[in-house]
Amino acid sequence: MKTIEEIKAAIEAAVPGAVVEIAPNPNPALPHSLRIAPECALAVAKFLRDDEELRLDYLSNVTGVDWPESLEAVYHLYSVEKKHGPVVIRMHTVNRRTQVELPSLTPIWRSAEFQEREIFDLYGIVFTGHPDLRRLLMWEGFKDHPMRRDYVAPDDFEYEPTAHDEVLKRAQARQAAMAGPAGSEAGQ
Amino acid sequence: MMGLISPKPSELKVEDSQVRESGPGAPSRMSVEDSQVSESRPGAPSLAERPEGWNRPPVMEPDGEGELLEVAMGPHHPSTHGVFRMDVALDGERVIRLKPVFGYLHRNHEKLAEGMSYLGSMPYTDRLDYICSLTNNWAYALAVEKLTGQEVPERAEYLRVILGELTRVQNHASSIGFLTQEMGATGTPLMYAFKAREKILDLFEGLTGSRMMCNYMRFGGCRVDASAAWLDAARKVVAGLPGFADEFERLLRTNEILMARTQGVGILRPELAVNAGVTGPMLRASGVNYDIRKVDGYGVYNRFKFRVPLGDHWDVYDRYMIRMLEMRESIKILEQALKEIQPGPVMSPTARIRGFRPKPGEAYGRIEAPKGELGFYLISNGGPNPYRYRVRPPSLINLTILEDMCLGQNVADVVLIFGSVDIVLGEVDR
Amino acid sequence: MVDEGLKIELGKQGVFVTTIEELYNWGRRSSIWPMQFGLACCAIEMIATTMARYDLARFGAEVFRPSPRQADLMIISGTVTKKMAPQVVRLYNQMAEPKYVIAMGACAISGGPFKQGYNVLKGIDRYIPVDVHIPGCPPRPEALIQAFMTLQKKIDGQHLTGDGRPRFLDAEAQGEFPVPVEGEHDLEPASNKGVWPVPVVIR
Repeated sequence: MKTIEEIKAAIEAAVPGAVVEIAPNPNPALPHSLRIAPECALAVAKFLRDDEELRLDYLSNVTGVDWPESLEAVYHLYSVEKKHGPVVIRMHTVNRRTQVELPSLTPIWRSAEFQEREIFDLYGIVFTGHPDLRRLLMWEGFKDHPMRRDYVAPDDFEYEPTAHDEVLKRAQARQAAMAGPAGSEAGQ
Repeated sequence: MMGLISPKPSELKVEDSQVRESGPGAPSRMSVEDSQVSESRPGAPSLAERPEGWNRPPVMEPDGEGELLEVAMGPHHPSTHGVFRMDVALDGERVIRLKPVFGYLHRNHEKLAEGMSYLGSMPYTDRLDYICSLTNNWAYALAVEKLTGQEVPERAEYLRVILGELTRVQNHASSIGFLTQEMGATGTPLMYAFKAREKILDLFEGLTGSRMMCNYMRFGGCRVDASAAWLDAARKVVAGLPGFADEFERLLRTNEILMARTQGVGILRPELAVNAGVTGPMLRASGVNYDIRKVDGYGVYNRFKFRVPLGDHWDVYDRYMIRMLEMRESIKILEQALKEIQPGPVMSPTARIRGFRPKPGEAYGRIEAPKGELGFYLISNGGPNPYRYRVRPPSLINLTILEDMCLGQNVADVVLIFGSVDIVLGEVDR
Repeated sequence: MVDEGLKIELGKQGVFVTTIEELYNWGRRSSIWPMQFGLACCAIEMIATTMARYDLARFGAEVFRPSPRQADLMIISGTVTKKMAPQVVRLYNQMAEPKYVIAMGACAISGGPFKQGYNVLKGIDRYIPVDVHIPGCPPRPEALIQAFMTLQKKIDGQHLTGDGRPRFLDAEAQGEFPVPVEGEHDLEPASNKGVWPVPVVIR
């Protein structure tokens, strides 16, 4: 299989206007990845799947990552025909609050269908062009995106026998709140 | 009685000629390894020529008049795969639309792992695919070993292979047992499968301390060494496994109900399987030669001689036969591994097991779990906990084409097709 | 009550003396039919308990009924998530009296190893009353058999009249419990205060 630089050169040659850069892996012994701009992602993906030498016809894994400034989707591509891989491509959203759209690669690889739905459910990235973008794991009326780092889980640790750290602080606060306004609440 | 329904040709062919020797120079009727799968079937367009939307499920039109009957199958239903729901729209008995609904066992394993050290997540990986806990441990240990660049001593690799293949045997046996239970054989083949499974679980308990949640692999090796007595017990169990496989297969293979209900049902085309990310026995039953044990060659799998069975008709019967044949191949690997294992350390002395901070970076480690490709994607930012911990669940991704396989079939076949995908909800929902 | 020695003497002569309560409870406890209700990993151990090695059928659990209307016992085996909790309560409501619940495994008792989960219900006894709890992750099949025997002892000891009589003989006792609704961030209500009194722990 080609090296990451050769793949980048091939993409830039085949897809005009593609914005591709190499995102180095901080651990140099491990494979690097390609960072692709969302606008050209569909064309690049089609090239990667159909190119004679690469033939990356198998999308193995789609991951959502929550970085401090943006959200990211990472795709691991392998080739069943040529038995090589992986080629890792990544896309970033513009920011975390308002512009969280990325193009969906489901039209190219069907295996992205459920995984992109899961990322929409847990991270909140909206994949445009996805045939059926609904929540996958949480229920339909759920409002938050739980895997984000700033998610606060509902507090249902009322009875925790060995509380410590965060849970102890919350339990003490709750006990203070219960004992304060109405003493009859404490006996419930 | 046997003369009334003669065995279909596919039943006779699958065992003999479709078990292809994989590896260079081996004769094979269809050289699946060299050319693209679809080109070897004349008339099929290549991937680049397919029209837009070729990998979407076909739109079914109902035959009759009136409304569609919408049935929610699950989350509590007798098919023992767990809490899983399918919203099925029926026209009489025919399936027009099928939408799976998950999340009933979502235990946010990935979020928990972000708050725990690398070793702390190891017991949680047991509970992903709870029937095959040791292969889950292995996949996670492999991913962390890639991330930290650790080597595993040889005896540990052999032990991993032995435990992994024992897991595969008991998983395939249970899967066939559950499949026949969904066909109406309430419990009897499952009893045979669990008979073998109990013997294997006794081995697990003797070595790791627990029947199911073994928590045995560590980064850089295995937790405890296997004594000579345990290896002898393992050899005895493995010596009894071919007899079990023979009996199991003989009782089921030419059963008329099994053949009539599974042949020609739930066909999955190979190009769609590859595009949908299907892996494991389902992919090989669709005729695609992709076994990660051969492709990646992780562990010491390169030292063992074993074949990769491939399916010919891509239906539920093929998936059942592939699991049966893979059980036999696993038994062959077990016999070789138990013969070749040498004394030595099971943990490298410089192994970083607990309290370590790997260098920043990311790694993706994958193995051929009994259900498919189980992968772990870890991003480290130099801290003691992973920054991002992702499980690539084979069961969830194998369910992507459940709708495609079930459309147009009878609703009674939906349960069978779903059973042949062989999922475990702990892995689907994590 | 008849003296035990007298009972044995009469028994030797072929006369069998008992009370209606004993006979009634003996019939009830020897034929508890569980509902097929496996959620997660503990379900596999439950299935192993019904298999040939640890045969649960010899204790009376002959068939596992898929329909809640025909079952007496619900073995909650596995983690109950908030998405599944309304279904569990609904199934419990649909079971006919007398009905019992065994919470099998750490997850059903209190959330288990997944306690910090945003989707995990911290114990099924927040919504429905539980008769027997089995610790373990997963509990061994022998532990499930012991729980079954504990339940049988409990049924044996139930008096049919008086204050401590079981729920199905008490017209005022509550047999059906409100089903929680999936809200925007959590289940509403988070727990059923009538079933699960929150104990006050002095910290």
